[in-house]
Amino acid sequence: MNRDAVLNFSPSGIYCPAGDFYIDPWRPVERALITHGHADHARKGHKYYLSTDIAAPVLKHRLGHITLETLRYSEIRQIGSARVSFHPAGHVPGSAQIRIKVGGEAWVISGDYKLEDDGLSTAFDPVSCHSFVTECTFGLPVFRWQSQAQVFQEINKWWANNAANGIVSVVGAYGLGKAQRLLCGLDLSIGKVLTHGAIEGTNRVMRAQGIVLPETEQITPETDRKGNGSTLILAPPSALQSTWERRFGDTSNAFASGWMGLRGVRRRRSVDRGFVISDHADWDGLNAAISATGAENIYVTHGYTDVFSKWLSSKGYHSEVVPSRFTGTSVDDEEVE
Amino acid sequence: MKRFAALITQLEETTKTLQKTKAIAAYLQSVPDQDRLWCVTLFSGRRPKRVITSRQMREWASAASGWPLWLLEDSYAVVGDLGETIALVLPSPETEIEKSLSEWINDLRALASLDVEKKRNFILASWNSLGGPERFVFNKLITSGFRVGVSQKLMARAVAQVAKKTETEIAHRLMGNWHPDETTWYDLIEAEDLRVDLSRPYPFFLSSALESSPQSLGAPSDWGAEWKWDGIRGQVIIRGGSCFTWSRGEELVTQKFPEFEKFPDFLPDGTVLDGEILVWQDEHPLPFNKLQTRIGRKSVSKSILENAPVILYAYDLLEWRGEDIREQPYQERRKLLEDILSSTSPSLPLRLSPSIAFSDWISLAKTRSKARKNYAEGLILKKMNSLYEVGRKKGPWWKWKLDPFNIDAVMIYAQAGHGRRANLYTDFTFAVWQGSELVPLTKAYSGLTDAEFREISGWVRRNTLQRFGPVRQVTPEHVFEIAFEGIHESQRHKSGVALRFPRMARWRHDKKPHEANTIGDLKDLLKTYG
Repeated sequence: MNRDAVLNFSPSGIYCPAGDFYIDPWRPVERALITHGHADHARKGHKYYLSTDIAAPVLKHRLGHITLETLRYSEIRQIGSARVSFHPAGHVPGSAQIRIKVGGEAWVISGDYKLEDDGLSTAFDPVSCHSFVTECTFGLPVFRWQSQAQVFQEINKWWANNAANGIVSVVGAYGLGKAQRLLCGLDLSIGKVLTHGAIEGTNRVMRAQGIVLPETEQITPETDRKGNGSTLILAPPSALQSTWERRFGDTSNAFASGWMGLRGVRRRRSVDRGFVISDHADWDGLNAAISATGAENIYVTHGYTDVFSKWLSSKGYHSEVVPSRFTGTSVDDEEVE
Repeated sequence: MKRFAALITQLEETTKTLQKTKAIAAYLQSVPDQDRLWCVTLFSGRRPKRVITSRQMREWASAASGWPLWLLEDSYAVVGDLGETIALVLPSPETEIEKSLSEWINDLRALASLDVEKKRNFILASWNSLGGPERFVFNKLITSGFRVGVSQKLMARAVAQVAKKTETEIAHRLMGNWHPDETTWYDLIEAEDLRVDLSRPYPFFLSSALESSPQSLGAPSDWGAEWKWDGIRGQVIIRGGSCFTWSRGEELVTQKFPEFEKFPDFLPDGTVLDGEILVWQDEHPLPFNKLQTRIGRKSVSKSILENAPVILYAYDLLEWRGEDIREQPYQERRKLLEDILSSTSPSLPLRLSPSIAFSDWISLAKTRSKARKNYAEGLILKKMNSLYEVGRKKGPWWKWKLDPFNIDAVMIYAQAGHGRRANLYTDFTFAVWQGSELVPLTKAYSGLTDAEFREISGWVRRNTLQRFGPVRQVTPEHVFEIAFEGIHESQRHKSGVALRFPRMARWRHDKKPHEANTIGDLKDLLKTYG
């Protein structure tokens, strides 16, 4: 079977010759299929974009004027001789795995995904295929997540404890997806949630498209900074420990990311608390997802690719690493998590 | 052990020293003496004798988790801590056992006399009965010391609060050769007489880097100056007819420097000298790489003693005739030291590190510029009336080092860090030109900001030419300014030179690879300064 008939890995990204399009390309191309709106997947400069309808508002918000068509989950579109459909990836609202069928051969590109239903994104749906291109950001057995209910309990306990001591809580979280997921898990009886402008921008876009988010208040120059200690602030990771954070007086800060499962990374971030919550699949999740596709050929990208590919080979899969130069220009894997 | 594991968690959950001190003090107050003693033991870098090898831990963890050994090893390479890696990959415990910290330690130590099968059974049963944080602590008890961001100073402060004594006194009590089997909390911390341990050193007083101009220090007459040597800071103790040598890392290194054994024949009991251990030839020190041949060896051979003989270049006196004189001003300690050393025989491997006379800062700056010619790395400035304090305290002592050497080199290999730097590329190899070829010159790990490390990591991922295991060969595109303290000839390095303390001073975005330095430039440096 000549698998390259369906997709190949070119210097511009993953390419489908049968439909003459790219998936999440990182150099400007004619036609780009986008799995989701994170910066390392959705870039500027392509001529035509195709994404899910749910991902579209954020894409437009982030990329400005683009020529964008949308598909609903599972809707099939014929592009050249390729049959294309988008399927829920559970990563962030609107995120998709992309299935491409050419002749009798079906491939799925996972994009970023997680298996746990976060209550905000459309839950991950395994898609059967012959070849599966999977991310493996957390492809080591040291990464195993607790349920989000448990993590939210920890976060709320920390917040309540800070509130009782008059200390403002500041949580660093990525603006698209993680911030909204946290927001939905916070116990608003403890206090008010304030947001950094970078996060509120995305909140606004999501509310406008009908996604229900708890009430937040954007921080402006007029915001009463001393306020009261029961406040929790959601901010991008870059705002932690900056002069921006210091203006709020006595604070306790936390960072919410899968990387917080490692003590070393927690120490590097030197935040008070690290909450282990990720929008990527953990070790068990990756293995379960791969098994559910029924695929024999597994291409791994984004993450501990060498180790994970070796693991898959030892389990009897035909596995290869997608050459790293072609996986995208993620300047900082931490920032895209 | 729940309480101790909770303490470790608490220490990791705050970056504020006040809260850390409070947490340790609260723990010490709430547990029996035996646990207090072990807590202080562990936090001061001491550890129970190892009874399980790292290899055994890995193999048993592989069996207990079901993951192949290689996968465990690869995970360990990322996590950077074996105890943590194992705690993370094991399945959840099926039972629960609660023992105190000292009970666990004693159980582990009792394994020493058992056969491998019994050891294995004990470890597997323990893993299966400990929850996350306790399992991690248990593994750390087996593998190595605790690094939980608790400095000696911080711990001394916490113990001082509990014992109601001064921090300085506690810092001194915690120094030296004590072991929990041979002492008690009372003897170590509370007893009036702390002279039981003859070898007990004083905490070192450390200088800080002078970053402003010396004019900011005030009148030159208030200050003394000495050369700053590039050797091993050492404290030599003569008590009870014996000699003990401590390194600044608080390691008892008496056996590594047998040259000092004769000191008790020439100096009275109750003498403690602070100085630099240096390889010495023709009345001057040799470069640090000569000393390196002696570090890391337990005992020294005859040929090493001949090829790299050391002296103590003394610059301070901490105890004289059994009296702790650290509270006397520097100038008086110095005068006493000069008197004592003026009458010792030149055959003794002991010299007085000279003081440098100066009347104004400008002339001192001129002297400093001649440091390399004098085999020194710069100057140390000491306030005349300064006491010998504990640890690093800004103000009384400054090191005023020469500016480092700088060269521009091209990055050719990158390797991911681990532990604190997991998931970033932080370990780089740099090369310089030899004709049209790039020759590896040095590795460097430090000097960039976290943001720069993130940026270069992304670039490394996209510009990997080849992989050799964990090492990635990258496009030779980026030039970095490498700062270093010295240069020496080396047969082990392909370039023929070895750099002392290399680090990345700057990422030269403004330079192209062809603008980097050449081997010829380095050979010139070697000729002048090597």
